[in-house]
Amino acid sequence: MKKYILSFAILFSLTTGCKDDSEFLNIKSTSILLVDEVYSDPRLVLSAVTDLYNRIPDFQEPGTGTISIYAVLDEAFSSGDYPRHQTREYDYVFPGINNPEVTYWDYGYIREINLFIERVNAATKLSAADKARFVAEGRFLRANVYFELVRRLGGVPLITESLTYDYSGNAAYLRKPRAKESEIYDYVISELEAIKSILPKTPNEKSRATYGLALAAKSRAALYAGSIAKYGVNTPTVTLPDGEVGIPVAKATGYYQTALDAAQELINSGQYSLYQKAPDLSTNFANIFLDKANNPEVIFVEDYKLQSGKVHSFALDNQPRAVTEEGERGGRLNPSLNLVQSFEKLDNTFAPLPINKGAATDYIYYDKPEDLFAGRDARLRGTVLVPGDLFKNRSIDIFAGLILGNGSILSGDQLGQLKMVNGASVQVVGLSGPIEGYDGSAQSGFYMRKFNDPVTGSGQIGTMSEVWNVRYRYAEVLLNAAEAAFELGQTALAAGYMKQVRDRAGLTKALTPSEITFDRIVHERKVELSFENHILWDMKRWRLAHVVWDGSNSDLTTLPGKATEPSTRVYSLWPYKIYDPGGPNHNKWVYRKVLSGRVTQSHIFRLGNYYARINDGIINNNPLILRNPNQ
Amino acid sequence: MKTYLLLIGTLLSLTGCELDNFEPPKSTFEGRLVYKGEPLLMQSSNVAFTNNSDFPVFLELWQKAYNNRSSIRIPIKQDGTFSSLLFDGEYKLIVPNGQGPFLWKKTAANTPDSLNVTVQGSQKLDIEVIPYYMLRNPKIAINGRKISGSVSLEKVITDATNGKAVERVSLYVNKTQFVDAGNSLNKADLAGADIKDMANVSLITGDMPALVPAQAYVYARIGLKISGVEDMIYTPVQKINL
Repeated sequence: MKKYILSFAILFSLTTGCKDDSEFLNIKSTSILLVDEVYSDPRLVLSAVTDLYNRIPDFQEPGTGTISIYAVLDEAFSSGDYPRHQTREYDYVFPGINNPEVTYWDYGYIREINLFIERVNAATKLSAADKARFVAEGRFLRANVYFELVRRLGGVPLITESLTYDYSGNAAYLRKPRAKESEIYDYVISELEAIKSILPKTPNEKSRATYGLALAAKSRAALYAGSIAKYGVNTPTVTLPDGEVGIPVAKATGYYQTALDAAQELINSGQYSLYQKAPDLSTNFANIFLDKANNPEVIFVEDYKLQSGKVHSFALDNQPRAVTEEGERGGRLNPSLNLVQSFEKLDNTFAPLPINKGAATDYIYYDKPEDLFAGRDARLRGTVLVPGDLFKNRSIDIFAGLILGNGSILSGDQLGQLKMVNGASVQVVGLSGPIEGYDGSAQSGFYMRKFNDPVTGSGQIGTMSEVWNVRYRYAEVLLNAAEAAFELGQTALAAGYMKQVRDRAGLTKALTPSEITFDRIVHERKVELSFENHILWDMKRWRLAHVVWDGSNSDLTTLPGKATEPSTRVYSLWPYKIYDPGGPNHNKWVYRKVLSGRVTQSHIFRLGNYYARINDGIINNNPLILRNPNQ
Repeated sequence: MKTYLLLIGTLLSLTGCELDNFEPPKSTFEGRLVYKGEPLLMQSSNVAFTNNSDFPVFLELWQKAYNNRSSIRIPIKQDGTFSSLLFDGEYKLIVPNGQGPFLWKKTAANTPDSLNVTVQGSQKLDIEVIPYYMLRNPKIAINGRKISGSVSLEKVITDATNGKAVERVSLYVNKTQFVDAGNSLNKADLAGADIKDMANVSLITGDMPALVPAQAYVYARIGLKISGVEDMIYTPVQKINL
């Protein structure tokens, strides 16, 4: 027996022992994929490119959780503990919040995109079709990040290959100076042009780069470059001598033509159309952002999905307080009266909301709270929940107090508070407020409808919302085409594109070519694209930002259709109920314009804000980088 | 036993980390922005804790001792003074491009010229600059509930390349002594094109609104907006009894 054991042991040691050392130590990891392995399987390359898609920066988006960024531009009042309405100046950069020296300067991201493109090109096991599409997607992402940089900072170093440090102790050869602003725009435009036919023509693909996206992005970039060239003359000090900031005015026409051509190519391809499914135009407008099934308008999104980990809290933070699903949470973002009164009347004219006949207390009485907003652009109630609206099929109940028969106001300090009036118990404040200083209580008198998810459970912490972040949609392309055509003097063409967007909004009378003005273009983008990450960039490229946010203690404008009217403070509109049993106006509604006590400063946009500050650390590392003007 | 542990813990936490701590800066560097010895008056700074960019006008100090440099911003207060706590050392002082209602020297490369400042203990320094305009002889009076003011504009920089036109003159009224373009209850504007006599510009506001809560006085001052220059220059704040 022993012999057998011995011989087994010898046999065993002879056959299995003494492996080659290199083989023995070289164990394949079970948890890490090596570069070669990733770039040999299209499914793994897809997950690599997904990470790159995930890192696209947005200034405003419903999914970040920092929803108060919407309130920096006077489109909304943020009712949370938020200092913006008490500060004059703001850095208008991203991320930038509470850290003004931070600007967007993500060359780590650019390097990884460059590496991605190089590795896909070098891959041997991918099919030619896969390689072409992945490379084109990488180039779209790179063009996109340069567009995001140029609209924040002006010209930046243009680096299109992965740079590697050689450990020589001298990194100077890696330093690149800033390119001209126009060169970055040219690069973005030419890249998008080059990849558009490689990308698939699949309009139902919303999360990855497509032919339609390349064209939409091209029209946006060219439009930005064109308007900086044209309107840059209004701010002569916002330039640098070698063109790192500023584009010569002579280039404007060329860029506008490029923008128009790209937009027309997309329009004529017939792949996309305006979303027109619901009969109620306001609901239809709100549904553009909610309907993920065969949505013909949406071109490019950041998608979210329930129970996948990628959900966001926009509905949780912004659900009206009267219908909240999560106790004391919601109502953070309140659209401003400044924005609400910008929506025009159905006869194409502008007017402040009719709340009184001259004196502030000479009220106009309304039977129902929503009557005040009747006869206006349907996009108003698709963007904003006004008093009297329903959300999740329940009343959102907004009123600031009762006006008694003797003209005195009775209000409370708790949502839906009951008080005794002449022996009867009466509710004196809406279940959604507004109460001054009460977080979430509709302090501007309005709530958000755009992006606000009406699905049950979207306001619960454990569920949240899967409403997608729409980055490009067809209506913007139409407005890009209209603006470019207008700037090129083709007002009839511009009127035609505007008509499509305005018809969908319920405006029955088409604008004639002579009615298409710069003010109209500015206004149309403001109401169609509010809260969609446009207004800051639009105001900057039109060089209107320092005019509109001029730091003056301006009152609410009475000319909401005028592009240059200052809007520096957010105003509120508070509904009151008349409580006068037996009186003629009992249970009617009146409105008062209010400036919240928390709005203590008027916003100023300095010339130095047109381009974000490049922080000192970046300049220390690369002294070739010039500072932006007025900084 | 627990009480002892707590006591020992507290004692330890009180004594720890002495070596790690730096001395805080304690040299006061203060002064004024002046033109021929007269301070230039500007907008009040609204310095929120989290936002150090919210200074209407500021100076930048760069400490020379370190390679990795970033600036220290010093806001100018509405009476033209500034003050900052610093470490002793060598600094360069600049006024960044586009700051202030005055001209600051530029280098050939169009970057702001710098001034060497040596901080050795607390010290005062008045910085001489050349304003585009000076406001002279401000007079502010009350007439019923209207506030009227007059001022004389002295154009200091008159050459063709650097001289600037007047965009507007404004009279601002507010409840507190912080009164300027961004802080006013009532105001009157006069566009530059409507000014007939630079030596005698007069303005009158509309009726003052009711003050809530009521107070028997207001503050007023006159500001000048120069075209192409963001920061306004102001007259001293004046208290007016209603």
